[in-house]
Amino acid sequence: MEYKISNRLRLTAIILMVVGLLGVGYGFITSNKSFAEVETMLANESHHGSGHGEAAAHGEETHQVEAVSHDAHASESAHGEGHEVVDEHTKHVNHVMHAMHNRPWSAFYVAAFFFMMIALGALAFYALQYVSQSGWSPLVLRVMEGITAYLLPGALIVLAIAVASGTIGHYNIFVWMNPDMVDPASADFDKLVAGKKGWLNTWGFAIRGLIFIAGWSLYRHFSRKFSIAQDKANDNKNFKKIFRISAGFLVFFLYTESMMSWDWIMSVDPHWFSTLFGWYVLAGMMVCGITVIAFITLYLKSKGLLPNVNDSHIHDLAKFMFAFSIFWTYLWFSQFMLIWYSNIPEEVTYFVTRIEDYKLPFFGMLAMNFIFPLLLLMNSDYKRVPWFVVMAGVVILGGHYIDIFNMIMPATVGDQWYIGIPEIASLLFFAGLFIFIVFTALTKAPLVQTRNPFIKESEHFHY
Amino acid sequence: METSKVIHAIYNDDDVLMAAVKSVKAKRHHIEEIYTPFPVHGLDKAMGLAPTRIAIAAFMYGCVGLAVATLMMNFIMIEDWPQNIGGKPSFSYLENMPAFVPIMFELTVFFAAHLMVITFYLRSRMWPFKKAENPDPRTTDDHFLMEIAVHGNEKELHDLLSETGAVEINVVDNTH
Repeated sequence: MEYKISNRLRLTAIILMVVGLLGVGYGFITSNKSFAEVETMLANESHHGSGHGEAAAHGEETHQVEAVSHDAHASESAHGEGHEVVDEHTKHVNHVMHAMHNRPWSAFYVAAFFFMMIALGALAFYALQYVSQSGWSPLVLRVMEGITAYLLPGALIVLAIAVASGTIGHYNIFVWMNPDMVDPASADFDKLVAGKKGWLNTWGFAIRGLIFIAGWSLYRHFSRKFSIAQDKANDNKNFKKIFRISAGFLVFFLYTESMMSWDWIMSVDPHWFSTLFGWYVLAGMMVCGITVIAFITLYLKSKGLLPNVNDSHIHDLAKFMFAFSIFWTYLWFSQFMLIWYSNIPEEVTYFVTRIEDYKLPFFGMLAMNFIFPLLLLMNSDYKRVPWFVVMAGVVILGGHYIDIFNMIMPATVGDQWYIGIPEIASLLFFAGLFIFIVFTALTKAPLVQTRNPFIKESEHFHY
Repeated sequence: METSKVIHAIYNDDDVLMAAVKSVKAKRHHIEEIYTPFPVHGLDKAMGLAPTRIAIAAFMYGCVGLAVATLMMNFIMIEDWPQNIGGKPSFSYLENMPAFVPIMFELTVFFAAHLMVITFYLRSRMWPFKKAENPDPRTTDDHFLMEIAVHGNEKELHDLLSETGAVEINVVDNTH
């Protein structure tokens, strides 16, 4: 069945993008505060005693410094008596000023990554369907192909923002992009970052990123091409080709996804590392991808465009949402518990900053990503009720946005975070772009593969 | 045993059995029981059995396991012999909770799994040293047996069952 994007949806997407862009622009313009402005702002804050909500929670802490990574080590002891000293004061104001400059960059980056991650998760899930030769899923494979159309532009945007933050911007996301950090003569020299410069350098970062994106996009391009060719074929040759490249892609993907998560996320805290970080990001990616597959399937079904998709398909997608939510929690907890238990200063500082400065998003995200899906989707019958799946999915997507937020923001804006215009506008912009690209891609081919060898099984799929 | 006479129809294929169950149900006969060598997918629905409640039981058992783990670890590690966990001697269950999560998880699974199996056996009236109920030992190998109560309609049932592809039909009198 052919799909034509409705004018209303296209208009919504365009409005989202325009409003988002305006908000993002506003964020960049207003964040550009001078030293004097920040100084007055801080003075006002400490006079009125409260400032923003978080500050009140930990005492006199408009002067707490350690959140941002480039001086994560310096400050543990410094803040107590620091503020009489002029030098210390300048440093602090500078620090807050940088955090404020970083905020629109980080907000834009987090939203860009979040939507890219949905497409990448969906692509991995798509490859899995072919490799496992699943009988239930062929009816929704075209929906997945639509979602993965966003991967190439989305990933290029993420990489472009990252590189731009270190070239046009002032190292607003990745502090290690600052050449002073690896220059022994500079005051900003950092021995640990210098030791990692073989991997962490802007050129390497950009080239690796392009290789990842090229590999993923090639797979996406050819699998889509063979999938469309299979519709008109007389044999299963194209299907077998997709099977083979899918197996190869999954191997490539597991290595590159892991490296991508070190580069694009973990390196915002260049002193800190976690060996299962790639898995952790992967789990979040899969949940988001599958949730969006379920959303778009339900949307198209509600328009009567996927008449053969039945309760059991929705049930299976919801089961995957449930299972990957648990899997995500398992990996989140494995990472957290070992670091919490061993309590090694250079590792545990990662969670200390998050629990001190990000208490609500940190624990709120756990509730949204674990407790909510666990309780909502546990019952077998609920997984077949569309509005229930949508409700659980909205919470899951929100939770995983906050998860990415928690990965990036503590390193770039520290305790100066807030979910305000820059964050919401960035989300709107990328949501618009995502909807526009995905639904346009859905119009390019019939919504159901007509000659997939498992299509009959999928039509009769019954749990 | 409400009836004294039952009819045993034996099949040697699960698909034939499924079709037979549907046609027997369509003629509104009551199937007492079916014995199969392996679980047949969808058989419970075809027979019109009420949906299982074992999932609800499993959830409750899991909650019991979680509670037992919490109380046990609180007693052992916090109250009875306070432990310094991970260099953080807070002596509070909540603050040391991450260390107990694996135990809470394991006992949740342990209680849910074991009690669920025990419930299933008891509910199926199976306990140690119990004499097997299956009327024909071939149902433990490769045959399927459908048991239908006879209410003076032996002939009709016999015809119906042989139509459905039963390889053997026996009438058994239980009143001896």
